[in-house]
Amino acid sequence: MSNALIIKDLHISVQGNEIIKGLDITVKQGEVHALMGPNGSGKSTLAYGLMGHPSYEIDSGEVIFNGVDVLELEPNERAKLGLFLAFQYPTAIPGVSMANFLRSAVSAVRAKETNGSENIELIPMREFRVELREKMAQLDMDEAFARRYLNDGFSGGEKKRAEILQLAMLEPKIAVLDETDSGLDIDAVRIVGESVSSLVGPELGVLIITHYPRLLDYIRPQFVHILLDGRIVESGGYELTQLLEAEGYDPIREKHGIEETGQVEETVQ
Amino acid sequence: MQTSDFSKDFVEKIARDEPQWMRDRRLEAYSLYESLPMPHTTEDDTWRRTVDMRTQDYWRRTRRHLRGFAVENYHPAAEANGSTSTEVADGTGVLVQVDGNPQHTYLSPELQKKSVYFAALHTALKERGDLIRDYFMTKAVTLETTLKSGNIATHNTFDALHGAFWQGGYVLHVPKGVRIEEPLRVYIKLSKDQHADLSHVLLIAEEDSQIVIIEDNASANQDTGGFHCGAVEIFAGQNANVTYVQVQHWNRQVWNFASQRAVISKDAQLCWVTATFGARLSKLNQAVVLEGNGAHAQLLGLAFTDARQHLDVSTAQEHLSPHTTSDLLYRNVLKDRSQTAWGGNIYVYPDANYTDAYQKNDNLLLSERAHADTLPGLEIEAHEVRCTHGATAGQIDADQVFYLMSRGIPYDLAEKLIVDGFFEPVMERIPMDAVRQEMQEFVSSKLET
Repeated sequence: MSNALIIKDLHISVQGNEIIKGLDITVKQGEVHALMGPNGSGKSTLAYGLMGHPSYEIDSGEVIFNGVDVLELEPNERAKLGLFLAFQYPTAIPGVSMANFLRSAVSAVRAKETNGSENIELIPMREFRVELREKMAQLDMDEAFARRYLNDGFSGGEKKRAEILQLAMLEPKIAVLDETDSGLDIDAVRIVGESVSSLVGPELGVLIITHYPRLLDYIRPQFVHILLDGRIVESGGYELTQLLEAEGYDPIREKHGIEETGQVEETVQ
Repeated sequence: MQTSDFSKDFVEKIARDEPQWMRDRRLEAYSLYESLPMPHTTEDDTWRRTVDMRTQDYWRRTRRHLRGFAVENYHPAAEANGSTSTEVADGTGVLVQVDGNPQHTYLSPELQKKSVYFAALHTALKERGDLIRDYFMTKAVTLETTLKSGNIATHNTFDALHGAFWQGGYVLHVPKGVRIEEPLRVYIKLSKDQHADLSHVLLIAEEDSQIVIIEDNASANQDTGGFHCGAVEIFAGQNANVTYVQVQHWNRQVWNFASQRAVISKDAQLCWVTATFGARLSKLNQAVVLEGNGAHAQLLGLAFTDARQHLDVSTAQEHLSPHTTSDLLYRNVLKDRSQTAWGGNIYVYPDANYTDAYQKNDNLLLSERAHADTLPGLEIEAHEVRCTHGATAGQIDADQVFYLMSRGIPYDLAEKLIVDGFFEPVMERIPMDAVRQEMQEFVSSKLET
């Protein structure tokens, strides 16, 4: 069996408010899924919940990845299993260079066994540099990028490309891309879209979370799901995105009797 | 073992082989010491944040220690005791002192030829009496001062104690025009239980000279109590360039008190790095006096406290002349129940127009029980000045930790990356790889305990 991320009847709340209200989805390695929904539908909550952010409370449900119950695991253990989240708002960490950070991350993810949490043996510098240079070239990134502090003073586009570089270096089995196209101009969307597209293949399953379909011009999903009010209300093929483009979310809301919440997309505290 | 109660008799004993003028200065300091009260948290503003007398009997215990400290080192010719420092390579110059006794001094023949003088202070008293007489507690760390940062009575209590009982320390005198690029290394150690180190450091860089000094203050053992009451006086002559790095890593039983002051002449530059990892309680008074036109000082501080360590630092940047610049950056990381207090003042005197002064203190707390106080201050009497200051204190950022962990990095390593990143703005300004590496090792070992 190929690796799959299986989410069953998942409920997540933030500060006591239920945001995800029973969500089912299965993403297999090699598949591309799009999860679309308007602001406030719970997209980012799902993303953070899957990765194990402490502010997001899992009330019930299951998340099985590669046969393992990931809800019991620390975020780093989830990453080590092969789960990756590209953040909508990547966190800046001043003083920590991109290269130093990536070397630590790659070493941790590839370490044979985590005996406790300490003592991660760093992969040899030379080996790491060669690999980093290669991946940066593939993504058409300047080498100077590696010396900059992680997300510190990065433009919107740089932040998103840095996320994709991390995706490329960590080689996860399933990647969740949370609004990777948000806040980017058309050229930046193209660059990011083409970068992700170049990474998609039989070894990588992708769940693209977005409220706007333009990223999907570059990475065409086989499966499209519509998230409204914390639940998936429609699933289908690529044609669903075209329907959304033409008519927006209102007909779907009407069909399922869901009122527009006007809620602002929740952010992490 | 010779124990001291810091009495007048003891002053006489220490001074018996010294020049009359030094004996007089010691006695003068002693009478001041006797007349001054011991610092008190409730009455003395500068000690207010040092210890809370209401909840712990910190200070009385300290004082009891003061009365019982062994001071074996009153005779500089005393035989060398304890560890010889195998880690020390001579290089350009090196000085090792253990429990106040000079153990090893080396200065390269090349520098000797250029009339550079580097010696234990007791030796210098005999060999360069006039030089020491000119500089010793006369211009920088003094018992009476007209400078603004000097009007602190309790600062004087320890300065007076030091002035009366100082033993050990060293002098570096670099003649005009001699530029030494390679660092001289100094190792000041405490090895025996309940011993005192009252080192006095004199760095005298004449016009157009250049020096780099890296000084370690270390305990030989982790569990021996000790007491340090030291002074550092730095003189950067006209257009001189001085770099002074002090890495304090006494063990956690040592009480550390220090007064340190630099006087910077016209167009001279000082880069002063203070790294603090050790001591039970450390009370540090540090000042730069920008005396000449165009003088520049850079003050870099890096501290990592843990367990119940308490670090209290007062800094002063005193701008006396026009076109002087100073730039202070102190970053502290706190673990466990440790505490830090930083109070920094920039003083701009009426004549010091076109001063450009900056000060910043940032604190990163790795524990909810750690506590950081930070108080920047400005006192400006000139009209054309630029002064900037800032201070921050905050817990480690949960979102940063989550972000790193989401990339497979375990919590401990995430914390280490964040701490290293926090120190980076200080580290990147330290001009020596070896020093940065040494500090990084101290930071790592602090994180591991």
